[in-house]
Amino acid sequence: MTEEIIIAGFGGQGVLSMGKILAYSGIMQNMEVSWMPSYGPEMRGGTANVTVILSDERISSPILNVYDTAIILNQQSLDKFEPKVKPGGLLLFDNNGITRYPVRKDIQVCVIEATAEAVRMGSGRVFNMMVLGGFLKLKPVLEIENVLKGLQKSLPPRHHHLIPMNEQAIRRGMELVKPFTVAS
Amino acid sequence: MGEIRLMKGNEAIAEAAIRAGCDAYFGYPITPQSEVLEYLMAEKPHERTGMVVLQAESEVAAINMVYGAACTGKKVMTSSSSPGISLMQEGISYIAGAELPCLIVNVVRGGPGLGTIQPSQADYFQATKGGGHGDYRLIVLAPSSVQEMADFVKLAFDLAFKYRNPAMILSDGVIGQMMEKIELFEPIPRVNEFDQSWVTTGKTPDRQRNIITSLNLDPYLQEEHNHHLQEKYARMRREDVRYEAIACDDADYLFVAYGSSARICQKAVQLARKKGIKAGLLRPITLFPFPEKILGDLSQSVKGMLAVEMSAGQMVEDVRLAVNGKIPVEHFGRFGGVVHSPEEVLEALEEKIVKPVV
Amino acid sequence: MNLEEIIREENIVYRRTPLLTDKALSYCPGCGHGTTHRLIMEVIEEMGIQSDVIGIAPVGCSVLAYEFMDIDMIEAAHGRAPAVATGIKRTWPGKYVFTYQGDGDLAAIGTSETIHCCNRGENITIIFINNGIYGMTGGQMAPTTIPGMKSSTSPFGRDTAMMGYPLKITELIAQLPGTYYVSRQSVHTPASVRKAKKAIRKAFENQKLNKGVSFVEVVSNCNSGWKMTPVQANKWLEENMLAYFPPGDLKVDGQLVEQGKTS
Repeated sequence: MTEEIIIAGFGGQGVLSMGKILAYSGIMQNMEVSWMPSYGPEMRGGTANVTVILSDERISSPILNVYDTAIILNQQSLDKFEPKVKPGGLLLFDNNGITRYPVRKDIQVCVIEATAEAVRMGSGRVFNMMVLGGFLKLKPVLEIENVLKGLQKSLPPRHHHLIPMNEQAIRRGMELVKPFTVAS
Repeated sequence: MGEIRLMKGNEAIAEAAIRAGCDAYFGYPITPQSEVLEYLMAEKPHERTGMVVLQAESEVAAINMVYGAACTGKKVMTSSSSPGISLMQEGISYIAGAELPCLIVNVVRGGPGLGTIQPSQADYFQATKGGGHGDYRLIVLAPSSVQEMADFVKLAFDLAFKYRNPAMILSDGVIGQMMEKIELFEPIPRVNEFDQSWVTTGKTPDRQRNIITSLNLDPYLQEEHNHHLQEKYARMRREDVRYEAIACDDADYLFVAYGSSARICQKAVQLARKKGIKAGLLRPITLFPFPEKILGDLSQSVKGMLAVEMSAGQMVEDVRLAVNGKIPVEHFGRFGGVVHSPEEVLEALEEKIVKPVV
Repeated sequence: MNLEEIIREENIVYRRTPLLTDKALSYCPGCGHGTTHRLIMEVIEEMGIQSDVIGIAPVGCSVLAYEFMDIDMIEAAHGRAPAVATGIKRTWPGKYVFTYQGDGDLAAIGTSETIHCCNRGENITIIFINNGIYGMTGGQMAPTTIPGMKSSTSPFGRDTAMMGYPLKITELIAQLPGTYYVSRQSVHTPASVRKAKKAIRKAFENQKLNKGVSFVEVVSNCNSGWKMTPVQANKWLEENMLAYFPPGDLKVDGQLVEQGKTS
């Protein structure tokens, strides 16, 4: 099994850390992993994306042109990466701020209203964990206990008390995610 | 089994340095490799092993601090990225001339000039052909994974001390910035015995004074010294060429690529084979000494080679020399900070090699 | 009285320190480098620290200093000696490390290394030979060439409007918290040689205290570069160089010395 994922959005949305948790979780599941960020002078507010590859085999290129899954958190990233999902692949997006919606019919398109839910819950910090939950619901490539172990690994000990909240968010994300009907 | 971690390439270099028994690191921040110094400062290696870490005022100072510590037999290193490595060239030439062991890491970014902070492989000439003034070579290792970023720190020190010659890890922004699963090697204790035949640790009554210099005002002596250096480089060519051959046995066409380009080409090999094109990959691990012989041998069995590098074509010259006109050798690469995709690389193979050759 | 009777221990009033090698000095007769070499080697001999000393030679006339000093030595790139010294001292804090640098080396091409080494408070000794000229390359203008002084690249005298001012780097580094002892000396008279030796001794002794850089400037002559006889050069030094670069301590035990006061 090899899963090639791009996660893209604004800096500050937790794009890189979501990727990191995925990668750590992959290690917990004895998989090979790679995590390749776009890097640049922008620290916050600019676009950020990260390519995460989970595989049972040695990983070849950490940089890809097409992906099994695109996890999209803003309009620019949707515009950029929708064409780069492999036929039959998955496009998961948060609909906050989206005005031009996905159009492809040869891929699975799903939506998660994670931003809205995080606002309702009054906790923006776990927004990305909801999205991660949504992804895992659609593609159960990782066991949930390995994800929790991955969280433990990627969070510094002083944040370990937040793990139950993160787990809740992952589970909430699994409930929230739903298919998106592409307009014909 | 060693400790498993998820690490950035730059962090792996730093952790490996501590574990390899490195005595000192001197460096200056520059993107995309600042994590090396940041990691070292945060890890307090002084408490772990006694390793010294110091932020210098410039790359010029950093390489000269390396020179000083290396004169005393210490295992010492620095790291930087392209513009910083250019600044270090004076010091590297002196270190090579004075025959001192040390490790220099270059996490290459796009140039020339201030260029870009994005990945590049355009410092190949500088790394493998000398870089500074005079006839000298560095031992150049090209890691293509985070695992190799760590492992090559140890290897580079071993080779540097074997030959009393500076060694370079030539990496790039991709390998430096990405995270992968790695298995860390067990720590090696720092060495406390020094070869008194050459180190400048203070002249004791039982030996002559040791002088470390790259100066020979007498040109005949300097020529003799240069002959000695060339013999050393010839020995490296005989004893320490390293490469990895992937799917070469039945290959009709070969990618030749190092570092992150080799990873991209590995994917391109898979894509090619799915399309029925028998492609293989020869990945030089030592860029100096360059794996000329295997490329010469492979030129008997493959129909053409494509050197893939994030430059306008540098390593391709060495591939052509190795192949010596027997088969077509072409170059493909995005550059100036742009990274080619596996699809682009495969397309280039088809356009530049497969179609013209068939 | 025959020769054997004359050369007896009790009759010896001067001997060359064994820490100077037998190699004949390559410096011009009358040059201050030889005297300063001797003073440093005498101090090292008297302190009994030969096996713990590492010296760093610069680029300039004293590029071959290691030929004359019977200690472990390193030849540094032009201006980089303080960085080289830093690399050694940080990895060998128990050793005595010193640099020996000329004005072009220390105050022009190596200004950055000098200032940052001093500012970090590296626990080393810097001996700075200031003769106001590039001696080795044939008498070009140095950062310390004084106003009006002729050199091969200021043939009509240093014009400060065009060429800028001489750099009083010793005054500059005395202001830095990383320097512990800063002194300016000369070696043009027997009395000044004795004083200079005291300063050099202090600069080496200070390394035991681990308090920062000890820096001794030696204002020296360059009779060849100045196109004078040794005697004329020493006179010119006293009248002109010392007027611009007044001798004395600038900083002792980490405290700035009031101007005009000498130790």
